[in-house]
Amino acid sequence: MISLATLQEKLQGAYAGLQLVDNRGMMECEIPADKNLDIVSYLHKELGFQFLTDITAVHYPEEQGRELCVVTHLHNLVENTRLRLKAYVPVAQPDIHSLTSVFSGANWMERETYDFFGINFVGHPDLRRILNVDEMDYFPMRKEYQMEDPTRLDKDDAMFGR
Amino acid sequence: MVEKQHQHIKLAENSIEKETTTINLGPTHPATHGIFQNIMEIDGERVLKTEMTVGYIHRAFEKIAERRPYSQVTTLTDRLNYCSAPINNMGWHMTVEKLVGLELPPRVDYLRVIIMELARIGDHLICNSVIGVDTGALTPFTYVFQWRERIYDIFESICGSRLTTNMGRIGGFERNFTDETWKKIHDFMDTFPAMLKEFEALLTRNRIFMDRCIGAGPISAERALNWSFTGPNLRASGVDYDVRVAQPYSRYNEFDFKIPVGTTGDTYDRYLVRNLEMWESFSIIQQALEKLKGLDASVFHADAPEFYLPEKADVYSKMEALIYHFKIVMGETDLPPGEVYHAVEGGNGELGYYLVSDGGRTPYRLHFRRPCFIYYQAFNEMVAGGLFSDAVVTLSSINVIAGELDA
Repeated sequence: MISLATLQEKLQGAYAGLQLVDNRGMMECEIPADKNLDIVSYLHKELGFQFLTDITAVHYPEEQGRELCVVTHLHNLVENTRLRLKAYVPVAQPDIHSLTSVFSGANWMERETYDFFGINFVGHPDLRRILNVDEMDYFPMRKEYQMEDPTRLDKDDAMFGR
Repeated sequence: MVEKQHQHIKLAENSIEKETTTINLGPTHPATHGIFQNIMEIDGERVLKTEMTVGYIHRAFEKIAERRPYSQVTTLTDRLNYCSAPINNMGWHMTVEKLVGLELPPRVDYLRVIIMELARIGDHLICNSVIGVDTGALTPFTYVFQWRERIYDIFESICGSRLTTNMGRIGGFERNFTDETWKKIHDFMDTFPAMLKEFEALLTRNRIFMDRCIGAGPISAERALNWSFTGPNLRASGVDYDVRVAQPYSRYNEFDFKIPVGTTGDTYDRYLVRNLEMWESFSIIQQALEKLKGLDASVFHADAPEFYLPEKADVYSKMEALIYHFKIVMGETDLPPGEVYHAVEGGNGELGYYLVSDGGRTPYRLHFRRPCFIYYQAFNEMVAGGLFSDAVVTLSSINVIAGELDA
């Protein structure tokens, strides 16, 4: 298990300014969005984080300029250490580098994150919707979209009862 | 009798036009076990490439979960990998318990282990028998389903449902296991080994099964890790990563079990790994039954009045119990703010729950790290260049469950 202090030291050497915190037992680090591919490649090559657990996003509409948070979970299987990386992007221009050049498994994970949050993964070979219909023109997991479609005329509240 | 001489006619390059066929395997097809589509480009019997389209059974669980109190999210988790629903349920409960910081009594953990391993046996029984079905062996499938029925009976006696169980609560189980449940569990344990041996005798050294499965859809350990494989598919390629051993939960560190691994990651390896895992699950249940012997049999939940419904007698006589009951049933319990990622070893691999709470009564964001979704991406790499019949058998051996694919 790599301790937080050791990992902080190793990261500090390459990327000064990155602060690792312990969030309920998992190490977490906020990274600048434009450097995500660099940092992940460094972690993959030099520090043994060769397993990509997941890529997803969270929408914080109140945080101006950093509404969408791209969360990447990495795992060092040999040292049995997990790491969470968070990169905040503005909703006006939600661009971030794709990790598909490092991890093949990032392909569908990023497509799903694009499908639901609209995050543009620059460098992704095939960025298109995966779970929703292709004709959908909004990103459903963003907080402004309601769970049910209010434009439907066929659901009669008197019959269904809410 | 004159031997007919075969004449091999060599055609000049580009002298004839060759067309490949694009066929649609799915979304509804008797050979695919779920609703997902493969658009395959084939050249005779050889698969050139396949494109996977998913999302036919997307039910927007992550969006719905943002509007459901924590105890109601369990019904959504059932429908992820619906062949082993209790594992998903317990994983969700453990995620909330991790967020809240709730410790469980040992008996609850051992009961959870028994249920999760029974669910894992059920899932692997389906997967292995279905690999047989895709090679033409229909008998082991119907034979083995009798034991899956017994597992269903056990689940039904605990929570009332067979498939989508909604089993357990945050802090333990909703009711103690009855004598009838224990009888069913012991009957299952008595009859299971003989059944699994018969099942193995039908398939494992079967000439046709071996010829179909050996070498079908292989994937190397490096590629499997790069595709973020987990679970039996990764272990069949040779990597011994199991969440129960790497980050033990529910006191799995107190149990003694092996992790079976394969070598080439082909269909036969995946079949063998799942088969051995069933034996290991059986051994874990035996160990859990042993461990339960010394413990107080009346304990089936943690002492957590804020999250676990109090006894009805107390609700009618004590004020605090009444308030807790009201708050829990109306879903008004606020959970502490914070983020947590909890992973369990599901039937198909690392099933992760990434929960972000803003201190409200519903999750702010809940993301399911679904192993099926992640490893199904690699299907093209596994079958391209191989025969079409290998592709069909590979598809059933990687155990893609459509519920977990789409969520």
